[in-house]
Amino acid sequence: MPRALHDMNALIRPLESLGRATIGSLAGMGYAAVLLGESLYFSVAGWRIGQPLRPRAVAEQMRQIGVDALPIVVLLALTIGIMLGIQFIAALSAFGAQSQVVVAVAKSVTREFGALITAILVAGRSGSALAARIGSMSVSQEVDALATMGIEPVRYLAAPALLAMLVMLPALTIFADAVAIGGAALYSSPALNITPSAYVMQTLSLLEPGDVWQGIAKSAVFAVLITLIGVSTGFSVAGGAEGVGRATTRAVVLSICWIIVVDMIFSYFLNR
Amino acid sequence: MNVTAPLIEVEKLEAWYGRRRILNGVDFAVNPGEIRVIMGGSGSGKSTLLRHLLGLHKPRSGTVRLLGVDIARASERQMLDVRRQIGVSFQGGALLTSLSVGDNVALPLREHTNLDEATIRIMSRLKLEVVNLGGFQDLMPAQLSGGMIKRTALARAIAMDPKLLFFDEPSAGLDPVVSAELDELILRLRDALRMTIVVVTHELESAFKIADTITVLDQGDILMTGTVDAVRHSDNERIQDLLNRRPREIQVDADAYLKRLTEEAA
Repeated sequence: MPRALHDMNALIRPLESLGRATIGSLAGMGYAAVLLGESLYFSVAGWRIGQPLRPRAVAEQMRQIGVDALPIVVLLALTIGIMLGIQFIAALSAFGAQSQVVVAVAKSVTREFGALITAILVAGRSGSALAARIGSMSVSQEVDALATMGIEPVRYLAAPALLAMLVMLPALTIFADAVAIGGAALYSSPALNITPSAYVMQTLSLLEPGDVWQGIAKSAVFAVLITLIGVSTGFSVAGGAEGVGRATTRAVVLSICWIIVVDMIFSYFLNR
Repeated sequence: MNVTAPLIEVEKLEAWYGRRRILNGVDFAVNPGEIRVIMGGSGSGKSTLLRHLLGLHKPRSGTVRLLGVDIARASERQMLDVRRQIGVSFQGGALLTSLSVGDNVALPLREHTNLDEATIRIMSRLKLEVVNLGGFQDLMPAQLSGGMIKRTALARAIAMDPKLLFFDEPSAGLDPVVSAELDELILRLRDALRMTIVVVTHELESAFKIADTITVLDQGDILMTGTVDAVRHSDNERIQDLLNRRPREIQVDADAYLKRLTEEAA
């Protein structure tokens, strides 16, 4: 009988932990949704209940999330552009379709790579920074202190980050699109026997507004994901310095996973 | 609100962490102008009681009224009004590490008043003078000593001239001289600014020095509330244990002990 009980336990335990994990992640999503609602509420109507969103705080976040990320975005976008140039020339020349490189790079950068690379980069830079900052503030009771001072922590910490992210991630994405196409032009134009500026002109004539909009729309969704995951893991930190470290890792991994999955779903629906 | 009505009224407050009950129906009241010390050993529930008094936890059962407002039923606006009238100095200071000392003290003024920057600067420097930290406004919290952090936290707590001041463990982690200075400061604040002050501590010496009345908390129950003398001469065994630093007698329940050792899942 104890043997049978033991077997039962071996069967039930994994189910139990699966159930717990499911409920945990559902609760996390619910919490993120509440944070989103509250952040938007404070942004729009906070001033009416004495919790105004400070333009200065938003500007500061915009600098940290957007301006400070420019050098690394330029570097990565340029590299991705060159890489795409190399790959497309190699792949398409096999069919003698080298002239299609321009359109292939243009569409893949604006629809996919610009938004994706920028979002992954910002998730690593700013998503983790949000989680670490808010996490260490919760651990040292700074979040409690804000609340008892009558400063809503969501309004003070989350709402400025959300707004800044919603502005800066699409802006960075457009920037990355341009740089990546520039990079591709630098590499491919000699192979195609045209000047880089002719390459860029050709790109502009081939691109449709819809291509660029697709990337921008995605980046806005990524902005919400990165902020909510960073902020919600930060606020739910427990367990001291180790907890902060774990939350930071978790925020980055979760953000990138969600970004890639959501990207796939969006691509499917936008390209049907 | 009537002047003599208690500033804090707690009725039958229960608090739980998971399945563990932390507070067993606590009744508690603090009158205007008094310095109340909440005393108790580790795990007595004093931090939990404080978190409820600050409105950081909503009571599961029972009521907490701050300045006459039931915090479980208050609207956001009412809650904000209450919070503007209370100041809190946390155990570790809880200064915002990204802001300078001056900006930390000025934060409540910047957020809740429409005063111009020059006035805010003068007011926050005044508060720093009150806690003997004049001239330190440009330092960052990381550059401060433990005592200076607590005093800065106190300056921030009194920035809005609150009616009600909470002080969590003023002397924890400080040397005796600095903690004696903090005690003096608390007494001065009450006399000069007419504040009602609630101090949570386990330091007997400082408790006896500053308290008008003491509430002794033990394992989620209030053992007694009374004047310093009444507590000192109480014949309650647990209170005397606390005062004389006697270790608790732990009774071992053999069955429960065996169960804890052999149980598979908590």
